[in-house]
Amino acid sequence: MAEPAALSEANSSTAGLAVRLRGVTKIYDSGVMALGPLDLDVSRGEFVSLLGPSGCGKSTALRLIAGLSAPTSGTVGVARRAGEVSAGHSIGFVFQEPTLMPWTSVRENVRLPLKLAHAPVAEAYARVGEALTQVGLSEFADAYPRELSGGMKMRVSLARALVTAPDILLMDEPFAALDEITRFRLNNDLLSLWRNLRKTVVFVTHSVFESVYLSQRVIVMTSRPGRLGAEVRIDAAEPRGEDFRTSAEYAAYCREVSNALAPLQSGQPGS
Amino acid sequence: MSSLETPPLSAEQAAPDSRTLRLVRILLPIVVLAAGIAIWELVVRLNNIPPYVLPGPGAVFRTLVQDWPVLFQSLLTTLWTTLEGFLAAAVGGVALALLFNQSKWLEYSLFPYAVILQVTPVIAVAPLLLIYLPQQTAVIVCAWIVGFFPVLSNTTLGLNSVDRNLAGLFQLYGASRMQTLAYLKLPAALPFILGGLRIAGGLSLIGAVVAEIAAGTAGAGSGLAYRIAESGYRLNIPRMFAALLLLSAAGIVIYGLLAVTSHLVLRRWHESALGKEN
Repeated sequence: MAEPAALSEANSSTAGLAVRLRGVTKIYDSGVMALGPLDLDVSRGEFVSLLGPSGCGKSTALRLIAGLSAPTSGTVGVARRAGEVSAGHSIGFVFQEPTLMPWTSVRENVRLPLKLAHAPVAEAYARVGEALTQVGLSEFADAYPRELSGGMKMRVSLARALVTAPDILLMDEPFAALDEITRFRLNNDLLSLWRNLRKTVVFVTHSVFESVYLSQRVIVMTSRPGRLGAEVRIDAAEPRGEDFRTSAEYAAYCREVSNALAPLQSGQPGS
Repeated sequence: MSSLETPPLSAEQAAPDSRTLRLVRILLPIVVLAAGIAIWELVVRLNNIPPYVLPGPGAVFRTLVQDWPVLFQSLLTTLWTTLEGFLAAAVGGVALALLFNQSKWLEYSLFPYAVILQVTPVIAVAPLLLIYLPQQTAVIVCAWIVGFFPVLSNTTLGLNSVDRNLAGLFQLYGASRMQTLAYLKLPAALPFILGGLRIAGGLSLIGAVVAEIAAGTAGAGSGLAYRIAESGYRLNIPRMFAALLLLSAAGIVIYGLLAVTSHLVLRRWHESALGKEN
């Protein structure tokens, strides 16, 4: 079992940071070096994508930030919400699969984080309703997960991550298994949520196009062990929408990120 | 045939429509049963077999009606024993699985003995139990011994089959051990537990019968198995058949009740309880 993520020392040098990794490595029991050493800073309110091929350790990095596993060496710092004691609740995590409890309704699935934190029931249901409205699923509160489409399940998963009003949203290839049409819609919805809520988002993806469309900063990672390869800042005007997706600017950024990705992968065995 | 009412969903015209198929599946066993009874009656009558060798189905049925007060009392006794054994097996199996799940040490220490208890034929253990325990307790212990293992092993399997990401989510939100157990592990294990209970129900009946037989006429028992043994000594063969019939019926009802319970509990979410169209 992993220990919870180390809290930041909250000194002046890290005041604007939400996530701070220093020299973080992860070696699995099998001896495989999955990550690092990796240094990563994410500012408060920033949307950062970790881009790389499968098995490059980007999901491992995300799990380390979440405190789901402990680093072999190095420090993981996660900003603590003012007045909040526990680190866990300032983080929302969206997995690659919807990861819903099949035995209970959408409403109870979204309420889970609050239930585990012993939140008052009435208040919890109010916040569940709010979170479901944010993802556009308020009419489906009584449905069971199996009655929903893949995209809707992902929205439930997102609502569950939002229900604790976290400062940091960690997303591990959340839309990878969805069809393109649904993925584009969810991309747009995620962007508008981010614009409204201004949360720090660390988004793991293996899609160049998705990373450019969503983020302010794309971090390209190398494989085995996962390290920082290159960094591309996406300074496109806000708010981004469907016209950004078809713009020349978007295409140029995509080319830049692809070019940054290409040399890092050469000489690597295909995975 | 009702083929006109059903919408033409299937392109294959050769495929029989589902309603006819279901009817056939219910009717066929009934036809076989009727045929079997008819042949049985016929063989007994044509060969003039006396009832103390082989009674015909008519004689068995008459005995069932005539001896109903005695047989019904015995049925209740056996069912009560089965129920007690089943409850002990259910509670014991689930509780032991939960303990094993919480402590690996306990699991490593005790699990081999659970296996030994399971693989040793209960019919061989029953006489010993009857020496050391009061008869009623011994009978319940027998029912428990054969019933608890499927519950234990299925529950253990279920508790270990929790989705890894869901477990990670519970960890992320700082769930306590009890919360993880109550909100994650037990619901996830529920289909497995119900599967184990379904097996345990039938086995508890077997355990009860085995113990009653082992106790034999020496005991003060009055269960159905005791009636069978007693009737055997008295060459009251029709009553043996009647008691056997009741035992089978009890087994079928127990299985049916547990299957229905399982379906009702799981129908909203688990694959096993969903129609294929979903």
